[in-house]
Amino acid sequence: MKNENRDFVTIRLSGQLCGIPILSVHDVLSEQKITAVPLAPSAVAGVLNLRGRIVTAINLRERLGLDDRGEDNKNMSIVVEYEGEPYSLLIDSVGDVLSFPEDKFERNPVTLDARWQGVSEGIYHMEGELLVILDVEKLLNFGTNQATAA
Amino acid sequence: MDDLLSEFLTETSESIDVVDVELVTLEQDPTNKPILDNIFRLVHTIKGTCGFLGLPRLETVAHAGENVLGKFRDGELVVTPGSVTLILAALDRIKEILAGLEATQEEPEGDDSDLISQLNIVASGGTIDEAAPVAEKAAEEDDMVLPEITQSSNMLPGQVSLEELEAAFAAAPGPDDEDGDDNLAADDSPESEGAESQEEDLLTRIGGAEPVKVIIHLFHNRILADASVKGLMAGINTRDSKDKMGNFFTAHLSGRQDAGPSVSAAFAGFISHGITEEQNETICKLLTSVLEEVDLPPLEVDAFVETYRGISVDILAEARAASKSNSKKDKDAAGTAKKSGENAVANQSIRVNVQVLEDLMTMVSELVLTRNQLMQLLRNSDDSEFSIPLQRLSQCTTELQEGVMKTRMQPVGNAWAKLPRIIRDLQLELDKKIDLQMLGADTELDRQVLEMIKDPLTHMVRNSADHGIEMPADRLAAGKKETGTVRLNAFHEGGHIIIEITDDGAGLPVEKLKAKALKNELATQEELDEMSDNQIQRFIFHAGFSTAEKVTAVSGRGVGMDVVRSNIEKIGGTVDLKSIEGKGTSFSIKIPLTLAIVSALIVKCREEKFAIPQISVLELVRASHDSEHKIEHINNTPVLRLRDRLLPLIRLDEILGMADTEEDEAASKEDYIVISQVGTFTFGIVVDQVFDTEEIVVKPVAPILRDLQTFAGNTILGDGKVIMILDPNGIVSQIGDSMNDTTGFGMEEEETSKKTKDEREAILLFGAGGNDCRAVPLSLVARLEEIDVASIEKSDGKPVFQYRGRLMPLVTLDDSYQLKEEGRQPVLVFADGDKTMGIAVDEILDILEDEIDVELSSSIPGQVGTAVINGNATEIIDVAYYIEKAFGTLGTSSTSGHMGIRDQSHLLLIDDSKFFLNMIKPLLSAAGYKITAVDSASDALRLREKGEDFDLIISDIEMPDMDGFGFAEKVREGGIWQKTPMVALSSHQTPKDFARGREVGFDDYVVKLDRDSLMSTIVEQIGKTQNAA
Repeated sequence: MKNENRDFVTIRLSGQLCGIPILSVHDVLSEQKITAVPLAPSAVAGVLNLRGRIVTAINLRERLGLDDRGEDNKNMSIVVEYEGEPYSLLIDSVGDVLSFPEDKFERNPVTLDARWQGVSEGIYHMEGELLVILDVEKLLNFGTNQATAA
Repeated sequence: MDDLLSEFLTETSESIDVVDVELVTLEQDPTNKPILDNIFRLVHTIKGTCGFLGLPRLETVAHAGENVLGKFRDGELVVTPGSVTLILAALDRIKEILAGLEATQEEPEGDDSDLISQLNIVASGGTIDEAAPVAEKAAEEDDMVLPEITQSSNMLPGQVSLEELEAAFAAAPGPDDEDGDDNLAADDSPESEGAESQEEDLLTRIGGAEPVKVIIHLFHNRILADASVKGLMAGINTRDSKDKMGNFFTAHLSGRQDAGPSVSAAFAGFISHGITEEQNETICKLLTSVLEEVDLPPLEVDAFVETYRGISVDILAEARAASKSNSKKDKDAAGTAKKSGENAVANQSIRVNVQVLEDLMTMVSELVLTRNQLMQLLRNSDDSEFSIPLQRLSQCTTELQEGVMKTRMQPVGNAWAKLPRIIRDLQLELDKKIDLQMLGADTELDRQVLEMIKDPLTHMVRNSADHGIEMPADRLAAGKKETGTVRLNAFHEGGHIIIEITDDGAGLPVEKLKAKALKNELATQEELDEMSDNQIQRFIFHAGFSTAEKVTAVSGRGVGMDVVRSNIEKIGGTVDLKSIEGKGTSFSIKIPLTLAIVSALIVKCREEKFAIPQISVLELVRASHDSEHKIEHINNTPVLRLRDRLLPLIRLDEILGMADTEEDEAASKEDYIVISQVGTFTFGIVVDQVFDTEEIVVKPVAPILRDLQTFAGNTILGDGKVIMILDPNGIVSQIGDSMNDTTGFGMEEEETSKKTKDEREAILLFGAGGNDCRAVPLSLVARLEEIDVASIEKSDGKPVFQYRGRLMPLVTLDDSYQLKEEGRQPVLVFADGDKTMGIAVDEILDILEDEIDVELSSSIPGQVGTAVINGNATEIIDVAYYIEKAFGTLGTSSTSGHMGIRDQSHLLLIDDSKFFLNMIKPLLSAAGYKITAVDSASDALRLREKGEDFDLIISDIEMPDMDGFGFAEKVREGGIWQKTPMVALSSHQTPKDFARGREVGFDDYVVKLDRDSLMSTIVEQIGKTQNAA
């Protein structure tokens, strides 16, 4: 058993605490001007300019089937990269960076919502709370998944 | 990959491409010395570099090819198609080896001996017949199909053995064959042994490599001892030379030419010192004496010397080339030759890896974006201290951008380089005669674009040659020149490059295409009937639509014009075609100069901004309820009337799914319409607001969004906002494929004019004296003008005014009408051919679309009758009457005599002049006839095929394509119209024309604009048939 710790950036989505492996996080952004893209899949919130790069913004709530957040709240976002393209994941808020030993990791409970199952690696126990680990790859290849499904 | 090797590969493939083209030119002009020299030089360089890099297989092939070229150059051989084919085959082989080399960094395994033997046979004056198998073999190996040029070949591919080659080589007379007295001891050798030894290779007969070494050693000594030739070894390391020459002979004597060092390496001394023929003879003699000295049998001596003689041809050739290049250098130094200029250019250009340029381009793009952002900031703050340096920065950026763009520009000729070769091969293969003309090859366009159009272009040219150009016999039979022409023409046109591919071949067979379209269920018979020829021909751009009846090796490989089209459209280009059956086909490709940085129009739709590439924007129109242009609706489909054309409109908010239909109507008080064009399809995009244009850098969208056809990409604007770039192509294809394939608005308009029922026409309403509202079909009106009353002059008592440098008569609707005394006079301008006249009116009331249904025909001259337009009784004026009045071709006459006939006789009216059609139609319908009007004879014949029957056919004589005479002949040949009376209309009225008209089957002949006689003729002719019936 390895004793190496894994570090996660924690985020909140509709109250649920989630973690994204820190190595895949490129940037954490405060609210940005996002240009909506008409006709795009619903999970695509639009595109934004990050220091001269065009980043596609993904509405994680929509992606995970959560209710839309009221417009009054400011969205933060986390920039990740997938297949060489930058994506910005819109989230409610960013928390601390937490470190967990490998042995605290657990698989997803089978009863977890299919949509979550599809994007989650597993779960870490925390005191009083569970941390759902999101898999960036799985989160972002939905474009192709959807295309094949359709 | 090794830098040296990769450079070699680039350079060699470039050289080979040049040789490809030059050879074809040479074939047509065999005496062209500079071309031949150039080819020779290039092949020689290839060979030399191969030797240097140690690529024996390439080297031997290049060497053999060079041999033949050397003979051409020295005038010892005549350039023939056969030998050129062979050299081309050698080039193909070289390309093949190069491809292998590129892939594996090693020379691929392979046997070139057949090819080399054929080349050598040709080099030694052999005939082409023997060379044929190589050509065939090459054809099998290569995708490039080479023609079979043999008539009487009795050899099969690969049958040429090395022994035969050696024998053929030895037997062939050398260029300066002189046997001398070497044959003295021929009889000494035993017959049996001699015969047997023929089977083994020479090296074995001599006794292996050791004796060769001895021979070479002695040979060197003799050379150095002979005063006349010892200079050839000056500056050469003797031991080194012995080794090389020894290995060389060992290899050559065993028949494995490719194993040893190259000729240029082994005989470097001979070559660099420019060995002469005399010196070469001495060398031969020395060699012979050495061979005899070592007690070699005479047969072997002969064979050995012959081998050397064969090689010496190359040595001499190379020596000549070397001395020539030396002398050339001298000339250059003196600055006399034209070459010096080329060299200077060559020295000033360097090779840069394309990736470096691409990176540079990307950086410049970023710079442009940043510049735009800075400029935006500057605009928002007044009087900043940054403004001066920023402007300079902006200037520099622009220049840098232009400079970098320039590095990416390449002449379009680069994409054409392979075409002459392709056409040449096609000619031989298909037995056609084709002349390829290339115009504007130095027109430059972006490298990326060039790469993208290369294949489509090649495909189209191949198509033109294969399907377009007919067989020579067919061409002659059709009265054309035996040699067909395929012409490429490239030129700039407003930010685009236009490339036209024109052939004078058979054209696209409309009927066949129709049948095919029906078979493939691309259209119904009804739809096809409605379509123009051009629309039908455009079906070839559909997938799986090859018209070639049989799939030839050349084209029809399943890659059709649909692929061509999609490739071209991918880069924002369009492709269109014009084809006349029997006359030829012309494709026209329109592509943007560059893809990376484009000028775009920024528009706003709802709350979002979008960019539309400027190149697809034709013009902008502002439309509101109270302005000249407004959006109208036909069955809820918005349209815009713009200069007599009805443009379909696309609401951007609708196609982007941003519209809330409820408030839509109310909100669109003022709209902007971006008129854009995709292919020949013109349409308007309705947007809410239009901003300025901006240079934008097209960035591809994220993969998730790539399925959205509506967008061509996205970019960052000056204010730092990301904006989506609209793709008009995508928009059109999104609103339906049917739309995508309509061939433009002009076509549809023609079609509507063919339908006589339910026809809605744009009508101009105006007032002119009295309270009556008057109307004229808008299509007849050339222009609406307001002229200064003061500028109206009198000529012969009639008012005229100067209009566009000419005097234009001004007429009034009736004599009682008074021109305005002062101010400006509204005038309707009409034009028929070169005649222009104006009708003075009080005011222009409206333009609207309605059906002109003349309910009361009028007896007043100048009026067709009265129709209900827009709920009001409106007088339709008879423009023809006023034209006559203005030009005095006819006195005052009335049409009242023809009013009685209301039997609804159905007339077919054919005239290529729309003006005339529009003018005469209301006249005839007012007289009670049902009119079907078409504007070409072929359209008329199509009506015949559909089985439409008419009581009378009135046809113009002067028409493009098929004139009235031809049309009459067709009608009289047979079919349902055989007995239908026909009246010819013409502006010519010579007795000869009358006679010819009657001859081909016209029943009567009427001069155009002579309305009275036209009317009476119609009555007469219809009366005749009715009486007869």
